[in-house]
Amino acid sequence: MEHRGERGALLPILHAVQHEFGYVDPLVEPILADALNLSTAEVHGVVTFYKDFRREPPGRVTVAICRAEACQAVGADRVVTHAEASLGTTLGGTTDDGAVTLNEVFCLGNCALGPTVAVGDRLHGRVSPARFDALLGDLR
Amino acid sequence: MRVSAVKVYVPRDSAACSVGADEVAERIAATAPGVDVVRTGSRGMLWLEPLVEVQTPAGRVGYGPVRAEDVDGLVAAGLLDGRLDESGHDLCLGPVDELPWMRAQQRVTFARVGVVDPRSAADYEAHGGLVGLRRALGMAPEDVVAEVTASGLRGRGGAGFPTGIKWKTVLGASSELKFVCCNADEGDSGTFADRMLMEGDPFTLIEGMTVTAHAVGATEGYVYVRSEYPDAVAALRAAIDAAHAHGWLGERVLGSQLRFDLHVRVGAGAYICGEETSMLESLEGKRGTVRPKPPIPALEGLFGQPTVVNNVLTLGSVPAILADGAQAFADLGVGRSRGTQVFQLGGNVARGGVVETAFGVTLGELVQTFGGGTASGRPVRAVQVGGPLGAYLPPAQFDLPMDYEAFAASGAMVGHGGIVVFDDTVDMSKMARFAMEFCAEESCGRCTPCRVGAVRGVETIDRIRAGEDRKANLVLLGDLCDLMTDGSLCAMGGLTPMPVRSAVKHFAEDFGVDDLRADLEGAT
Repeated sequence: MEHRGERGALLPILHAVQHEFGYVDPLVEPILADALNLSTAEVHGVVTFYKDFRREPPGRVTVAICRAEACQAVGADRVVTHAEASLGTTLGGTTDDGAVTLNEVFCLGNCALGPTVAVGDRLHGRVSPARFDALLGDLR
Repeated sequence: MRVSAVKVYVPRDSAACSVGADEVAERIAATAPGVDVVRTGSRGMLWLEPLVEVQTPAGRVGYGPVRAEDVDGLVAAGLLDGRLDESGHDLCLGPVDELPWMRAQQRVTFARVGVVDPRSAADYEAHGGLVGLRRALGMAPEDVVAEVTASGLRGRGGAGFPTGIKWKTVLGASSELKFVCCNADEGDSGTFADRMLMEGDPFTLIEGMTVTAHAVGATEGYVYVRSEYPDAVAALRAAIDAAHAHGWLGERVLGSQLRFDLHVRVGAGAYICGEETSMLESLEGKRGTVRPKPPIPALEGLFGQPTVVNNVLTLGSVPAILADGAQAFADLGVGRSRGTQVFQLGGNVARGGVVETAFGVTLGELVQTFGGGTASGRPVRAVQVGGPLGAYLPPAQFDLPMDYEAFAASGAMVGHGGIVVFDDTVDMSKMARFAMEFCAEESCGRCTPCRVGAVRGVETIDRIRAGEDRKANLVLLGDLCDLMTDGSLCAMGGLTPMPVRSAVKHFAEDFGVDDLRADLEGAT
């Protein structure tokens, strides 16, 4: 618990837990509550407020498609439709083989080079449906 | 004597990397091992990324957009010899500073972005860094506040509140502990200037925050960066470490009596945390719900202590104001909108990127002259200015000057300076629906007009789109917009009606009510 001495340490700790384990297991909540002198409800409230914190393990790769206005203006909806069909899962879901979790995101700050897709932490610009398949090809 | 290695500059900016800048840099290093490849921020000409620059006696010569597979040919054509004229290569753009897009700008906050190595403290100082902080540290805190007030700087996050007045309130508050918080939760679609400054010139933000700490008597600072910006987080953390190592942060900043510690905190995917009180809640480790005001954060902010909350671009403008004096900044701009704004062109635009120029430039100049119209080559139908809570405007409004007051008078807002372009294939009823959908998704839930109103808004627009009693439902939508505007706790619910109303007002035909325009204008 290297974050224990920080002010308002819960978010940094939750990020660290997710970085380590890939998700925030609900079993962790009472442990963090105890360590930070919070109620379990408070910790649970924070974990569930923020979209980043997953409560179950994700696929081996997480892919996020930007659905905000700037990417919509250059065809993000087509990429979403294609991705859902091509991966056989909907936004928020994980493929049956556990390879890919598909998420939506509202803005990745790449608004002049959309549609933008993040594969893990890596941004990809001007992603057409064909380029989406190429990006994902190596991961399946 | 050894001839010094040729310097080649390739952006590390995440937008440039999204179209292959890393691969280009690797290819150059592999093709020409003796070359010094410097990774910079982006100049902001994003349609030219990856933009490679080569140091020559005539200045930095640009090539772009360069693909990794172009590198061998460019090197063979004399890329590394600075043979600008002889190279005659299709991708050669000439001296970058002379490009019309760059010459037409007035770069103050972004002066170093794309020029310097963002990881090099020495490069920062060599390009005018720390001049403002050194001057500020020689001044009394109230004189620094007066200087910022005189510059006319207003909050660049969107609200446009005078920065000096906010600082004066914090300076006047008596407390052992005060905070400076930078709002880097840049969640508005169409905005990316905060990210580019943090990635491309993070020391400027650090310097601005340190000046602020001296001006208001704060000892501790936080930069709240959204988790969608991992490269900005890494750039800032590296710069903060370097600043500590050089004595620019920590105890006795630059040998003065000032102590200032700075920390980076990462958000967790909540748009609402860009609202200042939600951001403070989040920094305290809580759910990011909005706080009622008063009390204002300047008096009771982070952990109940007096707190400056400013946007990245606001704080990033401070070093130049201190270095060049308030007057130089105040001389730029129009009316009560002084200085420069970093405008961002995105969406369906031919030449997207960053345009820093004085307030007063028209919307049309930005979209057409700088942006070159749409990327698709079709006519521009609408632009959304100021993020998801900003108005949709038709080309008929392109003569509007970028000015807080002029935009407010037209039922629009400058916001954080983002402009998203749409061509004539856009369905504006769909965009209005999306505005409500986004609000429903991102509402913190604290107040009913926003939490419930947005859901009802989606349903009502769905009925209009389905052709169900359009006139009555448009009147209902107008009522709902009034209620959200007047009754919401913060700008999320309060401004979501802006894109909705402007879409109905300017693009009534998309709501199937061409013949009802007069009725609608009454209703909205």
